Amino acid sequence: MSAAALQPAEQAITQKIKVRNLDFFYGGFHALKNINLEIPAGRVTSFIGPSGCGKSTLLRTFNRMYALYPKQVAKGEILIDGEDILAPGQDLNRLRAKIGMVFQKPTPFPMSIHDNIAFGVRLYENLSSRDMDERVEWALRKAALWDEVKDKLKQSGNSLSGGQQQRLCIARGIAVKPEVLLLDEPASALDPISTGRIEELVHELKSDYTIVIVTHNMQQAARVSDYTAYMYLGEMIEFGVTDEVFIKPKKKETEDYITGRFG
Amino acid sequence: MGSEHLSKQYDSDLETLRSGVLQMGGLVESQIRGAIDAFSNGSQELIDQVIASEPRVNACEVNIDTDCSHIIVKRQPAAGDLRLIMAISKTVTDLERIGDEAEKIARMSRQIHERGHTDLYRFATIRHAADIALSMLRQALDAFARLDTTRAASIIRQDAEIDTEFRAILRQLITFMMEDPRTISTALEIVWIAKAIERIGDHAKNIAEDVIYIVKGTDVRHTAVDVVEREALG
Repeated sequence: MSAAALQPAEQAITQKIKVRNLDFFYGGFHALKNINLEIPAGRVTSFIGPSGCGKSTLLRTFNRMYALYPKQVAKGEILIDGEDILAPGQDLNRLRAKIGMVFQKPTPFPMSIHDNIAFGVRLYENLSSRDMDERVEWALRKAALWDEVKDKLKQSGNSLSGGQQQRLCIARGIAVKPEVLLLDEPASALDPISTGRIEELVHELKSDYTIVIVTHNMQQAARVSDYTAYMYLGEMIEFGVTDEVFIKPKKKETEDYITGRFG
Repeated sequence: MGSEHLSKQYDSDLETLRSGVLQMGGLVESQIRGAIDAFSNGSQELIDQVIASEPRVNACEVNIDTDCSHIIVKRQPAAGDLRLIMAISKTVTDLERIGDEAEKIARMSRQIHERGHTDLYRFATIRHAADIALSMLRQALDAFARLDTTRAASIIRQDAEIDTEFRAILRQLITFMMEDPRTISTALEIVWIAKAIERIGDHAKNIAEDVIYIVKGTDVRHTAVDVVEREALG
């Protein structure tokens, strides 16, 4: 499948991430097969597909999270703003500051709410205590958590509810002012109200960030994303405008999956 | 469509919905046939039958729409399933309106025959237009049952034919009215009947458009016939 064929029809938007001929291996297992994809800037793109289809693997290549593990190898090109992040000599810390990630389970650090946010910022910036307080408030406001935690910033991040913890992680992710936010099943462990808050947040954040979300929940993909990619067995089956994918998918495989005919 | 869902219940719910539409279509079809026969022969019994079946048609519409809402709530249908349910909800509205038109024809026929002002040769053209409308409806239901876009496209073309028939009937009736003003009341009632038949054709066309939407995912309403044909056959 050519890169051009997978480019969304909408014009006048720039592509933040360009994936070219990407293959990924877990040791001998070929997990991603010749992926070509262009992810638009300032939009929400979702990856859907059955378990093991490679959607999280693909997401984790965008900030080279896989590099933490031996025997995991990516081949091909991932251009972020034109720069190949798979090329040797990439500064991974700088890359991960630019590309924030939030995981399925909330992962607050065992420290205060304030420090949870400040921790990452301190790695990249040298802010005065006043500026840091401002940054913490800014991130918590962006993550729609400020009103709930402003009186208990010194309390442990673990004291928050699951939904609040997840928003804390999103606040932590955006505190370092990344350009891309990767969300790996950010709401799958949350109740519907917390899920609703996260989805609302995604909607609000997309004007400032390029967001890529992996989800098992197809309705969630339909609700929050502008573009949807359907993956199966390590291949990119279909990529397009979300409304079109869910109303009139081009591929029968996509139709079978989203209509529950997948056996 | 085609293969089965993981959920057998979902398959069976959709099947119930589809057969409900076809059943309702059969009911409406016999209503039109009854109404047109009653128009030709003045049978009071037929007129009563057509009018009496109206509540059944209305109930079909309400029940099928309720079933559609239930499926949407329970299954959050997507792609072809979603299009099928959207189209069914619109199709039953069209079928219900066809039922209304049949009832209108029956009521008008009663007035015409009660007045006893019947010149049968005038009715031949009405009969012809009614046959086209009835055949369009039958084909639309058939296209729905088989998801046949080729047939659906041909129904959309036939609608022009029925519009031509309607204008011809109108011209003919105007001539009669000018020749003999005593025929005006009856002629006007026949105009209403002709209009009802023309509307039935429009509703059959809408159903055909819904079939194309289900299969192709393209909304072909308010589109030129040749564009529709290209979409349906492509």
